[in-house]
Amino acid sequence: MADSVDLEITWDTRDGATILTPLGDVDLSRSPCLRNDIRKAFDSSPAKLVIELSGVSYMDSSGVATLVEAMQISRKSNAKLVLCSMTERVHSIFEIARLDQVFTIKPDIDSALAE
Amino acid sequence: MTSEAPSIEIKLLSNPIYLAGARELILGLTERLGFKQDASGQIALAVDEALANIINHGYERQCDKPIWIQIWTTADGDQPGLRIHIEDEAKQIDPDAICGRDLDDVKPGGLGVHIIRQVMDTVVYEKKDCCGMRLKMSKKLQTDHNADQPEHSHG
Repeated sequence: MADSVDLEITWDTRDGATILTPLGDVDLSRSPCLRNDIRKAFDSSPAKLVIELSGVSYMDSSGVATLVEAMQISRKSNAKLVLCSMTERVHSIFEIARLDQVFTIKPDIDSALAE
Repeated sequence: MTSEAPSIEIKLLSNPIYLAGARELILGLTERLGFKQDASGQIALAVDEALANIINHGYERQCDKPIWIQIWTTADGDQPGLRIHIEDEAKQIDPDAICGRDLDDVKPGGLGVHIIRQVMDTVVYEKKDCCGMRLKMSKKLQTDHNADQPEHSHG
Protein backbone atom coordinates (compact mmCIF):
# COMPACT_ATOMS: atom_id res chain seq x y z
CA MET A 1 0.00 0.00 0.00
CA ALA A 2 1.19 3.52 -0.77
CA ASP A 3 2.64 5.43 2.16
CA SER A 4 1.46 8.84 1.04
CA VAL A 5 -1.81 10.35 -0.07
CA ASP A 6 -2.64 13.34 -2.20
CA LEU A 7 -3.22 16.70 -0.63
CA GLU A 8 -5.53 19.04 -2.51
CA ILE A 9 -3.57 22.21 -3.25
CA THR A 10 -4.93 25.07 -5.34
CA TRP A 11 -2.62 27.43 -7.19
CA ASP A 12 -3.24 31.07 -7.90
CA THR A 13 -1.25 34.15 -8.88
CA ARG A 14 -2.02 37.66 -7.66
CA ASP A 15 0.02 40.84 -7.69
CA GLY A 16 3.04 38.91 -8.93
CA ALA A 17 2.88 36.40 -6.12
CA THR A 18 2.26 32.68 -6.37
CA ILE A 19 -0.33 31.51 -3.85
CA LEU A 20 -0.59 27.89 -2.74
CA THR A 21 -3.65 26.89 -0.75
CA PRO A 22 -3.48 23.36 0.69
CA LEU A 23 -6.73 21.86 1.89
CA GLY A 24 -6.66 19.17 4.59
CA ASP A 25 -4.45 17.84 7.35
CA VAL A 26 -0.72 18.02 6.63
CA ASP A 27 0.96 15.06 8.29
CA LEU A 28 3.65 12.55 7.38
CA SER A 29 1.44 11.02 4.68
CA ARG A 30 0.66 14.34 2.99
CA SER A 31 3.67 16.58 3.56
CA PRO A 32 5.54 15.06 0.56
CA CYS A 33 2.74 16.35 -1.66
CA LEU A 34 3.06 19.85 -0.22
CA ARG A 35 6.84 19.68 -0.57
CA ASN A 36 6.51 18.79 -4.28
CA ASP A 37 4.20 21.71 -5.00
CA ILE A 38 6.40 24.16 -3.10
CA ARG A 39 9.42 23.06 -5.09
CA LYS A 40 7.46 23.38 -8.35
CA ALA A 41 6.35 26.85 -7.32
CA PHE A 42 9.94 27.97 -6.73
CA ASP A 43 10.95 26.51 -10.10
CA SER A 44 9.18 29.42 -11.80
CA SER A 45 11.17 31.94 -9.68
CA PRO A 46 8.30 33.91 -8.15
CA ALA A 47 9.13 37.15 -6.34
CA LYS A 48 6.90 35.95 -3.54
CA LEU A 49 5.34 32.65 -2.51
CA VAL A 50 2.32 32.85 -0.24
CA ILE A 51 1.10 29.70 1.47
CA GLU A 52 -2.48 30.21 2.57
CA LEU A 53 -3.25 27.84 5.44
CA SER A 54 -6.89 28.49 6.33
CA GLY A 55 -7.83 25.05 5.00
CA VAL A 56 -5.23 23.23 7.11
CA SER A 57 -6.79 22.28 10.41
CA TYR A 58 -3.90 20.10 11.51
CA MET A 59 -0.17 20.08 10.83
CA ASP A 60 2.53 17.94 12.42
CA SER A 61 6.28 18.46 12.49
CA SER A 62 6.70 16.94 9.02
CA GLY A 63 4.52 19.77 7.68
CA VAL A 64 6.51 22.29 9.67
CA ALA A 65 9.74 20.78 8.33
CA THR A 66 8.37 21.18 4.80
CA LEU A 67 7.78 24.88 5.44
CA VAL A 68 11.24 25.30 6.99
CA GLU A 69 12.65 23.77 3.82
CA ALA A 70 10.55 26.24 1.80
CA MET A 71 12.04 29.09 3.83
CA GLN A 72 15.55 27.83 3.06
CA ILE A 73 14.75 27.68 -0.68
CA SER A 74 13.23 31.16 -0.59
CA ARG A 75 16.36 32.58 1.00
CA LYS A 76 18.59 30.94 -1.59
CA SER A 77 16.43 32.21 -4.44
CA ASN A 78 15.85 35.68 -2.98
CA ALA A 79 12.11 35.17 -2.97
CA LYS A 80 9.78 36.15 -0.18
CA LEU A 81 7.91 33.40 1.65
CA VAL A 82 4.81 34.42 3.56
CA LEU A 83 2.45 32.16 5.52
CA CYS A 84 -1.05 33.39 6.16
CA SER A 85 -4.49 32.57 7.54
CA MET A 86 -3.11 30.04 9.97
CA THR A 87 -5.61 28.27 12.22
CA GLU A 88 -5.04 28.50 15.96
CA ARG A 89 -4.10 24.83 16.19
CA VAL A 90 -1.50 25.09 13.44
CA HIS A 91 -0.14 28.30 14.93
CA SER A 92 0.35 26.53 18.26
CA ILE A 93 2.84 24.06 16.77
CA PHE A 94 4.85 26.98 15.38
CA GLU A 95 4.86 28.45 18.87
CA ILE A 96 5.95 25.17 20.46
CA ALA A 97 8.78 24.93 17.93
CA ARG A 98 9.56 28.63 18.44
CA LEU A 99 9.16 29.20 14.73
CA ASP A 100 6.39 31.78 14.96
CA GLN A 101 9.03 34.51 15.07
CA VAL A 102 11.14 32.98 12.32
CA PHE A 103 8.52 32.89 9.58
CA THR A 104 6.63 35.84 8.18
CA ILE A 105 3.09 35.00 9.27
CA LYS A 106 0.17 37.21 8.31
CA PRO A 107 -3.45 36.99 9.42
CA ASP A 108 -4.98 36.96 5.93
CA ILE A 109 -4.20 36.82 2.23
CA ASP A 110 -4.44 40.58 1.67
CA SER A 111 -1.85 41.39 4.31
CA ALA A 112 0.33 38.57 2.98
CA LEU A 113 0.24 40.05 -0.50
CA ALA A 114 0.97 43.51 0.91
CA GLU A 115 4.05 42.20 2.78
CA MET B 1 -0.83 0.91 37.14
CA THR B 2 0.81 -0.60 34.12
CA SER B 3 0.13 -4.13 35.39
CA GLU B 4 -3.55 -3.47 34.76
CA ALA B 5 -4.91 -4.19 31.33
CA PRO B 6 -5.07 -1.07 29.19
CA SER B 7 -8.42 0.55 28.56
CA ILE B 8 -7.65 0.62 24.87
CA GLU B 9 -5.06 -1.31 22.92
CA ILE B 10 -4.59 -1.09 19.18
CA LYS B 11 -2.04 -2.36 16.74
CA LEU B 12 -1.30 -0.54 13.52
CA LEU B 13 1.19 -0.90 10.74
CA SER B 14 3.97 1.61 10.26
CA ASN B 15 2.31 3.33 7.33
CA PRO B 16 1.83 7.12 7.54
CA ILE B 17 -1.66 6.85 6.10
CA TYR B 18 -2.83 5.37 9.43
CA LEU B 19 -1.72 8.40 11.48
CA ALA B 20 -5.02 10.19 10.91
CA GLY B 21 -6.96 7.30 12.44
CA ALA B 22 -4.73 7.24 15.51
CA ARG B 23 -5.19 10.98 15.96
CA GLU B 24 -8.96 10.68 15.70
CA LEU B 25 -8.95 7.97 18.37
CA ILE B 26 -6.96 10.16 20.76
CA LEU B 27 -9.04 13.25 20.02
CA GLY B 28 -12.31 11.45 20.62
CA LEU B 29 -11.13 9.81 23.82
CA THR B 30 -9.50 12.85 25.38
CA GLU B 31 -12.44 15.11 24.65
CA ARG B 32 -14.77 12.53 26.22
CA LEU B 33 -12.48 12.43 29.27
CA GLY B 34 -12.94 16.16 29.67
CA PHE B 35 -9.79 17.63 28.16
CA LYS B 36 -10.41 20.92 26.44
CA GLN B 37 -10.10 21.02 22.68
CA ASP B 38 -6.62 22.53 22.61
CA ALA B 39 -5.28 20.01 25.15
CA SER B 40 -6.85 17.15 23.20
CA GLY B 41 -5.22 18.44 20.05
CA GLN B 42 -1.85 18.57 21.75
CA ILE B 43 -2.11 15.00 23.05
CA ALA B 44 -3.09 13.81 19.57
CA LEU B 45 -0.12 15.74 18.19
CA ALA B 46 2.22 14.05 20.67
CA VAL B 47 0.96 10.60 19.66
CA ASP B 48 1.25 11.51 15.97
CA GLU B 49 4.83 12.70 16.46
CA ALA B 50 5.75 9.54 18.37
CA LEU B 51 4.32 7.32 15.64
CA ALA B 52 5.99 9.38 12.91
CA ASN B 53 9.35 9.05 14.65
CA ILE B 54 8.97 5.28 14.80
CA ILE B 55 8.01 5.14 11.11
CA ASN B 56 10.78 7.48 9.98
CA HIS B 57 13.67 6.56 12.24
CA GLY B 58 12.84 3.25 13.88
CA TYR B 59 11.53 1.41 10.86
CA GLU B 60 13.18 3.70 8.28
CA ARG B 61 9.91 4.09 6.35
CA GLN B 62 9.14 0.40 6.06
CA CYS B 63 5.34 0.44 5.98
CA ASP B 64 4.47 -3.06 7.21
CA LYS B 65 5.99 -3.13 10.68
CA PRO B 66 3.94 -3.31 13.89
CA ILE B 67 3.28 -0.50 16.33
CA TRP B 68 1.17 -0.90 19.46
CA ILE B 69 -0.67 1.88 21.28
CA GLN B 70 -1.92 1.18 24.79
CA ILE B 71 -4.00 3.67 26.72
CA TRP B 72 -4.96 3.66 30.38
CA THR B 73 -7.42 6.16 31.76
CA THR B 74 -6.33 7.21 35.21
CA ALA B 75 -7.96 8.86 38.19
CA ASP B 76 -5.43 9.71 40.88
CA GLY B 77 -7.45 11.53 43.48
CA ASP B 78 -9.50 14.20 41.80
CA GLN B 79 -7.20 14.50 38.85
CA PRO B 80 -8.19 12.26 35.96
CA GLY B 81 -5.94 11.78 33.00
CA LEU B 82 -4.47 9.16 30.77
CA ARG B 83 -1.30 7.21 30.31
CA ILE B 84 -0.14 6.14 26.85
CA HIS B 85 2.44 3.56 25.89
CA ILE B 86 3.67 3.22 22.31
CA GLU B 87 5.77 0.19 21.46
CA ASP B 88 7.58 -1.03 18.38
CA GLU B 89 9.95 -3.73 17.24
CA ALA B 90 12.38 -1.33 15.64
CA LYS B 91 16.08 -1.09 16.29
CA GLN B 92 16.95 -0.22 19.86
CA ILE B 93 18.73 2.99 20.69
CA ASP B 94 20.04 4.52 23.89
CA PRO B 95 17.06 6.32 25.47
CA ASP B 96 19.39 9.09 26.64
CA ALA B 97 20.27 9.77 23.02
CA ILE B 98 16.67 10.60 22.15
CA CYS B 99 16.46 14.36 22.18
CA GLY B 100 15.14 17.05 19.92
CA ARG B 101 17.34 19.43 18.01
CA ASP B 102 18.41 22.80 19.34
CA LEU B 103 15.46 25.05 18.52
CA ASP B 104 17.77 27.95 17.69
CA ASP B 105 19.27 25.87 14.90
CA VAL B 106 16.43 26.29 12.42
CA LYS B 107 16.41 23.45 9.93
CA PRO B 108 13.92 20.86 8.69
CA GLY B 109 13.22 17.97 11.08
CA GLY B 110 14.14 17.12 14.63
CA LEU B 111 11.09 18.69 16.25
CA GLY B 112 9.04 15.61 17.14
CA VAL B 113 10.71 14.75 20.45
CA HIS B 114 10.71 18.39 21.50
CA ILE B 115 6.97 18.63 20.81
CA ILE B 116 6.23 15.43 22.74
CA ARG B 117 8.19 16.62 25.78
CA GLN B 118 6.58 20.03 25.56
CA VAL B 119 2.96 18.92 25.54
CA MET B 120 2.95 15.82 27.77
CA ASP B 121 3.43 15.82 31.56
CA THR B 122 5.78 12.83 31.66
CA VAL B 123 7.79 11.25 28.85
CA VAL B 124 10.04 8.20 29.25
CA TYR B 125 11.74 6.22 26.51
CA GLU B 126 13.02 2.75 27.31
CA LYS B 127 14.31 -0.35 25.60
CA LYS B 128 11.96 -3.31 25.67
CA ASP B 129 13.37 -6.56 27.06
CA CYS B 130 13.28 -8.46 23.79
CA CYS B 131 13.50 -5.96 20.98
CA GLY B 132 12.22 -2.53 20.08
CA MET B 133 11.47 0.56 22.09
CA ARG B 134 8.71 1.71 24.40
CA LEU B 135 7.58 5.29 24.91
CA LYS B 136 5.66 5.92 28.11
CA MET B 137 3.88 9.24 28.49
CA SER B 138 1.09 10.69 30.52
CA LYS B 139 -1.10 13.73 30.74
CA LYS B 140 -3.31 14.89 33.60
CA LEU B 141 -6.47 16.84 33.11
CA GLN B 142 -5.70 20.10 34.87
CA THR B 143 -8.35 20.68 37.47
CA ASP B 144 -6.44 23.42 39.29
CA HIS B 145 -8.75 26.43 39.14
CA ASN B 146 -10.65 24.52 36.48
CA ALA B 147 -7.93 25.43 34.00
CA ASP B 148 -8.66 22.42 31.87
CA GLN B 149 -12.27 21.74 32.68
CA PRO B 150 -14.55 21.00 29.78
CA GLU B 151 -16.78 23.81 28.76
CA HIS B 152 -19.82 21.58 28.81
CA SER B 153 -21.01 18.83 31.09
CA HIS B 154 -21.48 15.27 29.96
CA GLY B 155 -24.95 14.39 31.05
